[in-house]
Amino acid sequence: MPSEDAAPRLDVDQILADPGVRIVVCCGAGGVGKTTTAAALALRAAEQHGRRTVVLTIDPARRLAQSLGLTELDNTPRQVKGIEVEVSGGELHAMMLDMKRTFDDVVLQHTDPAKAAEIFANPFYQAMSSTFAGTQEYMAMEKLGQLHARGEWDLIVVDTPPSRSALDFLDAPARLSRFLDGRMLRLLLAPARTGGRSMFTFVTAGFGMFSKVVQKVLGAQLLTDLSGFVAALDSMFGGFRQRAEQTYRILQARETAFLLVAAPESDAVREAAYFAGRLREERMPLAGLVLNRVHRPAVELDAAASLAAAERLVGLGGHEVTVDVLRAHAALARQSVRERQVAARFTEEFPSVPAVSVTAQPADVHDVDGLRTIGAAISRP
Amino acid sequence: MVTGKGGTGKTSVAAALALSLAAGGRRTLLVEVEGRQGIAQLFGTDPLPYEERHLTDAPGGGEVRALAVDAEEALLEYLDMFYRLGAAGRALRKLGAIDFATTIAPGLRDVLLTGKVKEATTRTSGQRRTYDAVVLDAPPTGRIGRFLNVTAETARLAKVGPIKTQSEGVAALLRSPMTAVHVVTLLEEMPVQETVDAIAELTQLGFPVGRVIVNSARPPLPVGRDVTAAELRRGLLAAGLPADRATVTGLVDEARDQQVRRELEDSLRADLVELGLPMTELPLLPDGLDRAALATLAEVLGRAD
Repeated sequence: MPSEDAAPRLDVDQILADPGVRIVVCCGAGGVGKTTTAAALALRAAEQHGRRTVVLTIDPARRLAQSLGLTELDNTPRQVKGIEVEVSGGELHAMMLDMKRTFDDVVLQHTDPAKAAEIFANPFYQAMSSTFAGTQEYMAMEKLGQLHARGEWDLIVVDTPPSRSALDFLDAPARLSRFLDGRMLRLLLAPARTGGRSMFTFVTAGFGMFSKVVQKVLGAQLLTDLSGFVAALDSMFGGFRQRAEQTYRILQARETAFLLVAAPESDAVREAAYFAGRLREERMPLAGLVLNRVHRPAVELDAAASLAAAERLVGLGGHEVTVDVLRAHAALARQSVRERQVAARFTEEFPSVPAVSVTAQPADVHDVDGLRTIGAAISRP
Repeated sequence: MVTGKGGTGKTSVAAALALSLAAGGRRTLLVEVEGRQGIAQLFGTDPLPYEERHLTDAPGGGEVRALAVDAEEALLEYLDMFYRLGAAGRALRKLGAIDFATTIAPGLRDVLLTGKVKEATTRTSGQRRTYDAVVLDAPPTGRIGRFLNVTAETARLAKVGPIKTQSEGVAALLRSPMTAVHVVTLLEEMPVQETVDAIAELTQLGFPVGRVIVNSARPPLPVGRDVTAAELRRGLLAAGLPADRATVTGLVDEARDQQVRRELEDSLRADLVELGLPMTELPLLPDGLDRAALATLAEVLGRAD
């Protein structure tokens, strides 16, 4: 693979064994095996390197979740039983992010119960906590911050949400700040802050127009709900933003290692390259690229030669099985060439980023044995 | 509407469908709503603006146009159309009001996006509709139910008023026979599971589900029926290829892996067949997705109708 020829080889074991590394963030496009990779790395850290590890998964496949003992979504880490840690002394804990619950917890932590109840009942809160574009990213950051603050873990492995863009995860704190500092929000808050009876007592030209339009389009009730929501949240905004910024700084620190996860497909590789560029810009520590689902023929016979041989055998007759095997091999060889070309787009742009290719598994992974096999494949390709 | 789990290739399937529906002198509009510029990347063009642009010709004189809908722009357009806001609308945007409104009320964002799709679908030029078909590269399976179920989302926020009326109009179109929601999947476990879940959700919400489209399907190869080393060695020698032990065991291993994969794919395919929906398989194109490949996929989709 060019990713192996051109780029330095990524040594995952070195990262997992390093006591200075406390957080591993797996990021990349959806559908590239990100969650499985995160779980496999966490298992390996516990079994092979004796680390007390927790893996934060976002939206695991049902059977993968079951294999980690995650039968219910209770938003707290649960120890994974039945793994091989007798020798190493490590531990593996796993949890699944519950976005709404994490949001509710943040509200409860930053305000009194009466106010929290008021916030929970507001239709805007209900909409925002369950469907706000980016809420999952904020909450993943928040949960990571919480796990880190508890200081109980040697290593936290994080799976990132299957965002419409991988950037959402990094942008979460900035977007939150922009939202909280927005002029709109300040305008809506102004009456509450000045103790005005009505939010319309504090009218600027722009705001007057805004409220008129909103009232016309959405109705007065909605505006009342909105100002109620914004005022109620006001008290906890500062703490919330501070936490997001703190987590952002942790991500920049030497204790964090980012791993890009991709598959040798155009979209996934483009996304990985985009993310690598962003990490560099934000000065976040990129440790390397894990290229999953790579097809590698077991035999060095190129596609054309294989097909030509199959044709010869068809002419001879009586070799049906060999013909089938040669045609299948030709398809595999062709796919492998194509995958190398796609992967090369990343390594050409980021030649110094270490990379490792992981051979495609014939069947899907949904038990601890499967995760162990993947972990070994990532470490010893 | 074309949905599917991330990574299943729903954008390329949506593009191929728009091409296929434009064949023979018709005109289609290919729409994206998630700000990803997936269409531009697929066709190697500049990023699409919020404006209907010629994208490509279809076989037989047809045309595919493309549009990237932006919720903010759609809101401004909407306000302008109904309230003649003009410069005031731009002032609102400067104030951050539009960003704020579409951020804090995600249901509002979705009704604006689907509202624009409705407008394009029902628009007429002269005596006939502007577009013979509108194809939406819709949000992925995990979000599709909420995205289409606009009335439920906006009803939570707006009990009366034009937004409510607007969302009811969109909902009626989305539940009418004019709409079909196609679900794209791969023959892999998670995408198939999400397909089954999404179809159950869509059906329960009353949206007309169209086809299940299996993308990147490998042709069924009859390998694996007891590939023995002895037989393979004989065949390789007859073909004049090296038949050393490493080659033979390597090829036997490859055949065995393929067999495992095939069995899994067969069982997943059976799960999809059980849904009782029309199903189309698009071939895996080993050389990637160029224009020729899209035309091939369009042809397969065209034959399916």
